[in-house]
Amino acid sequence: MITIDTTGDVCPVPVIKTKKAMEQSGAKELLVIVDNEVAMNNVRKMAVSLGAEVTIEKINDTKIQLVIQNHQQTTQKECCEKEMQEVQKEKAAKVVVAIASDKMGSGKKKLGRILMKGFLFALSQLEELPETILFYNRGAYLTTRGSESIEDLRLMEEQGVEILTCGTCLDFYEKKDQLEVGNVTNMYQIVEILSKADKVIRP
Amino acid sequence: MIQTVDFFTPIVDDPYMFGQIAAANALSDVYAMGGEPKVALNIVGFPNCLDPQILGEILKGGANKVKEAGAVLVGGHSIQDNEPKYGLCVSGFVHPDQMYKNYGCQQGDVLVLTKPIGCGIVNTAVKAGIASDKAIQETQKIMASLNKNAKEASMAYDIHACTDITGFGLIGHCAEMAIASGVSFEIKASSVAYIEEAVQYANMGLIPAGAYKNREHFEKIVCFEGVEEVYEDLLYDPQTSGGLLFSISEKEVDAFLAELKEKKVDTDICVIGRVIPKQEQCIKIRS
Repeated sequence: MITIDTTGDVCPVPVIKTKKAMEQSGAKELLVIVDNEVAMNNVRKMAVSLGAEVTIEKINDTKIQLVIQNHQQTTQKECCEKEMQEVQKEKAAKVVVAIASDKMGSGKKKLGRILMKGFLFALSQLEELPETILFYNRGAYLTTRGSESIEDLRLMEEQGVEILTCGTCLDFYEKKDQLEVGNVTNMYQIVEILSKADKVIRP
Repeated sequence: MIQTVDFFTPIVDDPYMFGQIAAANALSDVYAMGGEPKVALNIVGFPNCLDPQILGEILKGGANKVKEAGAVLVGGHSIQDNEPKYGLCVSGFVHPDQMYKNYGCQQGDVLVLTKPIGCGIVNTAVKAGIASDKAIQETQKIMASLNKNAKEASMAYDIHACTDITGFGLIGHCAEMAIASGVSFEIKASSVAYIEEAVQYANMGLIPAGAYKNREHFEKIVCFEGVEEVYEDLLYDPQTSGGLLFSISEKEVDAFLAELKEKKVDTDICVIGRVIPKQEQCIKIRS
């Protein structure tokens, strides 16, 4: 049993303290001490709404004890965590990487290819991966047979990154049956993804 | 001539919004008596440790509401204070024959409320840091909304009694009106408009102390029949700048409701119940 002493706390602090304890501690039984009837009633209502049983004992005018039998502590906790994750997911900015070439920058072709390979490797090592990587025009060379970045792209795909290659480009370069990673997309989807992104990275 | 004064401490973070709400609340007393506000004076308490720009925003919010009401802000008085306070002293006019009183309900009258309730509970949820943006915005819109249009819509009708819903909660102000009129009210809890999220927050025990005080004070004269506890709490919830409660004959109510709509009252309007012969419990509330 854990004890939460809310003596001296002004409403709604006792409710919030108790709610947090019920959801996060996982304790089956909680003892809550409050110093006024408003806090007593509010804590009782909150606990009952979470499916708990509450017994109240008035020690004196400024000390009331509530014993809360917390039945749903695990589900509540999971629920709370799930919510938190969703909130975090929502908060994370949508990052889209748009790759229009198999080379990074203009200059010597050979250097451009080395840089692009390095870029995709470094991208796969990021702590926060992008949501989507789009490949179009000669970018299609990176997701198809013969590309040196397949491993890095697969690694990202496994971690939930959406890898999409433009179908028209695959057709044009006659690589449709050589796609090694991710899925095929079209211009409508590319436009939609780019327009909904919070941040677009173009190497 | 109607004279009234009202001011309070901030109930929202945004100073401009606070100014609007405090002004709408002060002006409401004139509307509740069927009057038209004409002249207003600022009443200000402000700490010298805060940025004067904040005070500027509060006054701007208040001034804009006074303007919206069609009245003139002619000055005011400010003092240094530990915490900010703002409100208005308002003077308005009403023809003595057309003055609304908070008594005079007749048996068979229908009770019309012009704003949803639950803002005390939402404000408690704001303090707890769990109120949603939608709930906050909706509540602020309700509190800052003037009772001007509702009062203007009522002028063509025979209003038997009128009051505005504030600190005593819906039940408290109903009780006041029923007792003074020598009648009882029958209220249908499910017909009352509530701020959607307030129901959820009330369930979570985010009830302001004022709601318990109202309950303590009025429970002897109220009888609930099959009403869930959460709605009892909402009906006792103290309101800030709440709506007008009209007692009007059943014959006129449909036309009156249409008129409220036409006058663009932008808050939810509801028929909450009716006036019945005097009984032991002056307020009867069904689910």
